[in-house]
Amino acid sequence: MDISLQQVEYRYQANSPFERLAIQNVSIDIPSGTYLAIIGHTGSGKSTILQHLNAILRPTEGKVVIGDREVTNAKKQKNLKEIRKRVGIVFQFPEHQLFEETVEKDICFGPMNFGVSEADAKVRARKAIKQVGLSEEILQKSPFDLSGGQMRRVAIAGVLAMEPDVIVLDEPTAGLDPRGRKEIMDMFYQLHKERNLSTVLVTHSMEDASQYADQIVIMHQGQVYKKGTPREIFHSPDGLIELGLDVPEVVRFQQKLEAAFKTKLAKTCITLDELTDEIDQLFKRGEPK
Amino acid sequence: MMEKMIFGRYIPAESPLHRMDPRSKILLVFLFVCVVFIANNAITYGLLAVYTFLMVLSSKVPIRFILGGLRIVLWLVLFTLVLHLFFTKEGDVLFQWGSISIYEGGLKQGIFISVRFFLLILMTSLLTLTTTPIEITDGIEVLLDPLKKIKFPVHELALMMSISLRFIPTLMEETDKIMKAQTARGVEFSGGPIKDRVKAIIPLLIPLFIGSFKRAEELATAMEARGYRGGEGRTKYRQLRWGFVDTVMLLILAFVTAALVLFRS
Repeated sequence: MDISLQQVEYRYQANSPFERLAIQNVSIDIPSGTYLAIIGHTGSGKSTILQHLNAILRPTEGKVVIGDREVTNAKKQKNLKEIRKRVGIVFQFPEHQLFEETVEKDICFGPMNFGVSEADAKVRARKAIKQVGLSEEILQKSPFDLSGGQMRRVAIAGVLAMEPDVIVLDEPTAGLDPRGRKEIMDMFYQLHKERNLSTVLVTHSMEDASQYADQIVIMHQGQVYKKGTPREIFHSPDGLIELGLDVPEVVRFQQKLEAAFKTKLAKTCITLDELTDEIDQLFKRGEPK
Repeated sequence: MMEKMIFGRYIPAESPLHRMDPRSKILLVFLFVCVVFIANNAITYGLLAVYTFLMVLSSKVPIRFILGGLRIVLWLVLFTLVLHLFFTKEGDVLFQWGSISIYEGGLKQGIFISVRFFLLILMTSLLTLTTTPIEITDGIEVLLDPLKKIKFPVHELALMMSISLRFIPTLMEETDKIMKAQTARGVEFSGGPIKDRVKAIIPLLIPLFIGSFKRAEELATAMEARGYRGGEGRTKYRQLRWGFVDTVMLLILAFVTAALVLFRS
């Protein structure tokens, strides 16, 4: 399912003394099957964009096209549930949304709200719990007896069990240990590859964005600062560094290497493998002297 | 969704009401609550309404914003009005339709009580709109100070109040977040049959409760870690100062009270 934001503007608490412009003139296309990363500082409007993707917020100006639905400020929208069924959002710290007596019931909650029968929902719950790397025994436990990391996974399973066409992730690994972080990111990437699931990742981490995404959008003060493939974005990293954004280690290394040896590598490297290949080439050419 | 609530919310501005000492403001509101009951006819209620309106004006908080925030309360006011219309049977019958009859006394009573109710809410919201929660608790602590003589835990009470006031916005934010998360999982909080809407409260309330308990525990730990041991020997960074505005405001209220006594029937 394609999603496209067209000149979207959003003001919080419009027409009150607290009115605040969150995003302005934001246009982003997310064709079916893309892995898009949205990066920016706190307060740059990332989370506001994310909430437009399944019509939790409606733009105060401009429009959001989700599949064949058009969401604008103008008319009262009916049946937004249809959109939410197809666009699953994993919010920041999703473990705060757990509430049922058992993990199984909690995972079934989403699908059953969208009209899946109890039996089918249970099948989905079993599948989802395995996808997030937990064992089936956990299904009968109370979600509040689990560790923080397990709760996070259960909450993610609750969204996966809805079997959305698009999955939106808001800092899904915040507060996890490095290993859990990698496991979860790898799991989402695998899902994206296997099911051709459109994925939107909102993150602080340039490393994650460069490693997984095919498209990156950089947000700055409520506007799109730059968008393109990771290679395009990191081709000239100076602007990003000026904004105070992190640049992946590989890119930083390449920059320092090029400066130290006054040379240019053949391309902008994104992964460690690419970088080692390029350096290898450099040596073969007989540089640095 | 919770953006329009105004209870317990402070709106910064430069106005005489904002400059007032919290003690005099609390006193003023307390006195107003008593004075409201003096009014018993159209003139006195009108006087009260004008007074309240002028107070709202002088606070420099946009009126549209206040009225928008009180929309829920307006329903309550309307409800009392309707109750009085149908159940007070005094005076002449104004209107009769089948077994339903509306009396003159009912209409009068209904309007008066709704106006009284509305003015009370307006004035008390004005207090919280123009005073920071910290100021309010500081004020209350000082005003209740004499009660310490009879071993009343004044400081603890003030602390409890400031903590609960402090966490209203946090709780609102949390409510908003959880509502959004559950909306994304297919819950409909607005719209749909009543039965479904009541059911939708459970996935909202349980996470809220759990979050609150966790926060309370963390707060207790943090306070203990920093050596909190009650009000004994504690000094204040913000000193309360009684100014000219405070005296004037109380005098105005005294004047209004005198007028009310004069004009009441």
